Amino acid sequence: MSLTAQGVSWSIDGHRVVDGVGLEVAPGTTMGLLGPNGSGKSSLLRLLAGLRAPAEGSIRLGGDDLADLPRRDIARRLALVEQDVNTDQDPLVREVIDLGRIPHRRRWSGESRSDRAAVLRAAQVTGVTEHLERRYSTLSGGERQRTQIARALAQEPTVLLLDEPTNHLDIRHQLSLLGMVRRAPATVVMALHDLNLALEFCDVVVVLESGRVAAAGPPAEVVDPALIEEVYGVPARVVQDEDGLHVRFLAAGEQSPSPAG
Amino acid sequence: MLAPAQGSPRLRLRLRMSGAVGLWLVAGLVLVASVAVAITIGPSELTTTDVGRVVWAKLAGGESGLSRIQDGIVWDLRLPRTLLAALCGAGLAVCGVILQSLLRNPLADPFVLGVSSGASTGAVSIVVLGAGAGSIGLTGGAFIGAVGAFALVLLLAHVAGGTTDRVVLAGIAATQLFSALTSFIVFSSADAEQTRGVLFWLLGSLASASWLDVAVCGVLVGAGLVICLLNASVLDAFTFGQDAAASLGVAVTRARVLLLVVTALITAVIVSTSGAIGFVGLVLPHAARALVGVRHRLLLPTAALLGALFLVWVDTAARTVIDPQEMPVGVATALVGVPAFMVILMRKGRRA
Repeated sequence: MSLTAQGVSWSIDGHRVVDGVGLEVAPGTTMGLLGPNGSGKSSLLRLLAGLRAPAEGSIRLGGDDLADLPRRDIARRLALVEQDVNTDQDPLVREVIDLGRIPHRRRWSGESRSDRAAVLRAAQVTGVTEHLERRYSTLSGGERQRTQIARALAQEPTVLLLDEPTNHLDIRHQLSLLGMVRRAPATVVMALHDLNLALEFCDVVVVLESGRVAAAGPPAEVVDPALIEEVYGVPARVVQDEDGLHVRFLAAGEQSPSPAG
Repeated sequence: MLAPAQGSPRLRLRLRMSGAVGLWLVAGLVLVASVAVAITIGPSELTTTDVGRVVWAKLAGGESGLSRIQDGIVWDLRLPRTLLAALCGAGLAVCGVILQSLLRNPLADPFVLGVSSGASTGAVSIVVLGAGAGSIGLTGGAFIGAVGAFALVLLLAHVAGGTTDRVVLAGIAATQLFSALTSFIVFSSADAEQTRGVLFWLLGSLASASWLDVAVCGVLVGAGLVICLLNASVLDAFTFGQDAAASLGVAVTRARVLLLVVTALITAVIVSTSGAIGFVGLVLPHAARALVGVRHRLLLPTAALLGALFLVWVDTAARTVIDPQEMPVGVATALVGVPAFMVILMRKGRRA
């Protein structure tokens, strides 16, 4: 299912966090949202998920305007994995994943056989099957992240939004998680910090700067030294080898020092 | 009362899946038996058979074969009181579960919305300022105060941004305000006897239970429990907060207002009939969670049954332990509840 944003703006306390963003995610593709801290990636994801209403512009999911869809219908088509979610309750991993089934069942009915099957499938894909009977609070950061993604997959969404899914993960888990996300049968939009991971795992990237789209397109075309210097304020080199493109950041000593920030 | 050991994950799960229904059956039977036994305890020689006879005679017509005084003790005093204890216990425990889940605060209890302090201000205004004497006036005043305080909390929370932590803060502010008003009225206008009466009510007492109280509480607690059960998966969806609930398809604002209003009404009725009985709504939800886990379909009925059992026995103790005097049941629940709470906390601490 496609996801489109047109001239979307959103402010908080008079500060324009998302400023006239337009983007179009083709069905089945993986889009990376890049940009420094505070560039509006998380806010844009919340707008795309329908959790906040844009002050201007519109967002369309498939053929429908997000603003016209009931929450439940959105939740059946679109799942969101936020950063650093927590709970003061102490559910089992199985119960967390099963939350993803809520939009699919009547509010008073218990879990059906197909719910259980969906939970098991999602656990298998994310590799948390062995943890199903553990408490969420006893999991490591990486296991929690995978559990949250399993919950989102149990929602059986056609669009999957992820806010920095590789945060707190070691490199092995980053790679396996992004591979898993890429294989998911859904249109994916994810905020990423790591430019090299974006080069490797995204079909398209959108670079945000102060809430605006600074660049968009295939990562190999978008990610270049001039853009990195402009958006992140860090000198960098993009090198090509037999495995593809890589970004190398230059330490301050290798070039003239750049302004902090 | 407290959960048996946590056990292995698999054992817990089995207990949870198939055991929950069995647990409710057993707890239901224990509750009926507890009510019957609790009625026999106290001055005047009674047996559970006598209790059964009186109830049968009243329901089916005919004679119980007991003296009129014994008849009266069972039917007019102890039965409504014990039933009211069960209803209050169930209602407070359910409200505690809802508020802890909805506000994502393990310290939330039914009184976090300012309802009990509003009720006491209403009651004290009636009793001390004489806006209408008698127990009906007190109950009515308490209910008006409770609903008024809750309306103020909702308004404050809405003005302050409407997030869950604002609800908690608004509740604390309202609680402080109405407590101050209550104290002010008592100190400026009440005589010693009124003060004693008000204090007794503030600490919670089921002594004046009537069949009318039982009926009103029964209808509200019953209806409230049904509404909450219908929203069990909505409550589950709040596990990771309101944005997570929204992204799982919950209309967050509507769900929150509905559930807050339901809990506030249940609490208001309970507080109006029996004062602010503390600790049941705070501790019993944690005990229920330790038994059956966090899913509300299992958790809500379990908490209701545990709360009912707990308050039936604590009230029985409260009216007999320092016989011929009576201990306010709110004092008794705290005396039993605090150590129980410590045990739960220590368990949790070891686990985490």
